[in-house]
Amino acid sequence: MGLFLLKRFSTLLATLLGASVVIFLVLEILPGNAAQILMGPDAAPEAVQALASKLGLDAPALTRYWQWISGLAAGDLGISYSYSTPVLELVLERLALTVPLALMAMLLTVALALVTGIYAASHHNRLGDVGMMGLAQIGIAIPNFWFAILLILLFSVRLQWFSAGGFAGWDEGLAQGLKSLLLPGISLAVVQAAILARITRSALLEVLREDFVRTARAKGLSQRATLWGHVLRNAMIPVVTVMGLQFANLLAGTIVVENVFYLPGLGRLIFQAISNRDLIVVRNCVMLLAAMVIVVNFVVDVLYAVIDPRVKASDI
Amino acid sequence: MSQPNTFMARALAHRSFVIGAALTLLLLAAAAVSLLWTPWSPYEIDMAAKLQAPDSHHWLGTDPFGRDVTSLLLVGARNSILVGVIAVGIGLSLGTALGLLAAARRGWVEELIMRLADFTFAFPAILSAIMMTAVFGAGIVNSITAIGIFNIPTFARITRASATAIWSREFVLAARACGKGPWSITLEHILPNILSALIVQATIQFALAILAEAALSYLGLGTQPPQPSWGRMLAEAQTLMFQAPLLAVFPGVAIALAVLGLNLAGDGLRDLLDPRLARKR
Repeated sequence: MGLFLLKRFSTLLATLLGASVVIFLVLEILPGNAAQILMGPDAAPEAVQALASKLGLDAPALTRYWQWISGLAAGDLGISYSYSTPVLELVLERLALTVPLALMAMLLTVALALVTGIYAASHHNRLGDVGMMGLAQIGIAIPNFWFAILLILLFSVRLQWFSAGGFAGWDEGLAQGLKSLLLPGISLAVVQAAILARITRSALLEVLREDFVRTARAKGLSQRATLWGHVLRNAMIPVVTVMGLQFANLLAGTIVVENVFYLPGLGRLIFQAISNRDLIVVRNCVMLLAAMVIVVNFVVDVLYAVIDPRVKASDI
Repeated sequence: MSQPNTFMARALAHRSFVIGAALTLLLLAAAAVSLLWTPWSPYEIDMAAKLQAPDSHHWLGTDPFGRDVTSLLLVGARNSILVGVIAVGIGLSLGTALGLLAAARRGWVEELIMRLADFTFAFPAILSAIMMTAVFGAGIVNSITAIGIFNIPTFARITRASATAIWSREFVLAARACGKGPWSITLEHILPNILSALIVQATIQFALAILAEAALSYLGLGTQPPQPSWGRMLAEAQTLMFQAPLLAVFPGVAIALAVLGLNLAGDGLRDLLDPRLARKR
C-alpha cells in the first residue's frame, strides 16, 4: 500500500505542477502584457508601465512563476487588483459557499442515484426499470442551468417557498444557509444523479449475474440480504470512479448555477474578476478549481484500491 | 418470427434509436429550414410587438425586443449544430490521430500521450473557456475552441483503447508478416475497425458540446448578440420570469430535445454496431 500511495502521490504532484504551468502560460504569457489587459486598451503607456512594475510584471517569466508557486505553497496568493484585498481572503470567503454547495449536491446525487439505480436493477426489465431509466435519459439531457430556472419558476415565482436567488449567509443560521443552497444543490444533483443511476444499475446487473450471487441465493440468503451483503460492495467500483469524475463536474457546474441563483461563491468571483480584468484573481481561482478536480481524482484512485485490492496489486 | 438481419431492419426495430434519430433529424431539419426561411426575421427588433403570448402570428410568442421566438429557436438550432460539428471535429481529428499514434508506437509515446490526456481532464470545458475568455474576450470562436480542446482527450482515450485491441488481432499480425508498416496497417486495418466506436462517441460528444455551448452562452461567454443562441435566450428570459415565464421554457425544451435525441441515437448506434454490448445491457 505504501508504494502504491507514493506512486499515486508523485503523479498528483506532477499533475498539479503541470496544471500550474498551463495556467501560468495561458493567463500570464499568452496575453503578452498583463498590465495592459488589466488597464484596458486605451490606458496610457506610462500608467501601464507603472502598474507593471508595481505588480512585478516586468520581472522575467521564470521569476514570476516561481514567486507565484512559492506564494501558493505559503498561502500568499497576492493582492487583487480590483478589490485591493488579499486574494486568499476573497477566495476563502467564497469557498464557504461553493464547497458546502458542491458537497450538498454530491450527497443528493449519491442518494438519488443509489435509490433509483438499486430500484431499477431489482426490477430489471419491468415497468419500474423502464420508467426509471426513461427518466434518467431525460435527466441527462436537461442542462443544469435550465433545470435551475424551472425550479425558480415553480418554487419561487409560483409557490413562493424559496427566494429566487441570493444567499442568506451562515450568520443567519445553518437552516437559513442550507435553505438558500437547496434549489441550487438540487439543480446540480439531478443531472449527475441521472448519469450515476444508469451506471449503478448496469454495475448491479453485471454483479447479479455472477456465480457467487447464485451461490448466496442457493445458500438460502434472501434477495435483500444478497443485494446488501454481496452485490453492492462489488458493484461499487465503477460507481465510485464515476462519482469522482462527477464531483469535478459538480465543481465546474457550480460556476454556472451560482450565476443562476446570484450566489456569492467562487464561480461568481471568477466572473466578476473576468469583467474587472483581474487576472490575478482569475489565475488563482482557476488553479484552485483545477487543483480540487485533480485532488478528487487522486482520492478516487486511492479509494479504488481500498475497495478492490486487485487494483493495488496489479498497479505495483 | 424471423430475426431482422439487415442493419436498416434492426435499426427500425430499435425503439430508442428510432426516437433518437427522429429527434436528431428534427434538429437538422430546423437548422436547414432556417437557412432558407424563418416565420419572421430573427434580427429585426419590433418594440410594439414585445412579449406577446403565443398566437397564430407568433407561434411561440415574442421576446422583450419583439423578435419572434420560433424564428430565434430555428436559427439557434443552426448555431448549436455549428458548434457541435466544429468542436467534435477538433476532438475527433486530433484525438483520433493521437490515440492511433499511441496504439501504434506504444512505449514512452503512448505513456506521454495518455498522461497528457489524463492531465487535460483537470480542465473541464467551462474552466478552459473561462481562461480563454479572460485572455481573448468572449465569443463563439473561443468557446468552440475550448469545447474542442476538451474533446481531444476523450477521443484519444477511446481510440487508443479500441486500436490496441485491434493491434493484437491475427489479421493485423498477418499484415505485419506481409511486410506492411505501422502507418499503412493503421490506415487500412485499424481505422476502419474502430470507426463504429468513434461514430458512437462522436454522437455523444456532439450532445455534450451542445450542452457546453448553451451553458457558455448563458453565462455570456459564448455566442454574442445579435446572433441567436438557445443559451443566451435563456439568460435573457431569466430576467423576465415574472412577466413572461414561457420565454424561459421553450429554449430549454429545444436544448433538452436535441441532447436527448443525440444521446438516444448514440446509445442505439452502440447497440446496433456492437450486438455483444447490446446483449450485456
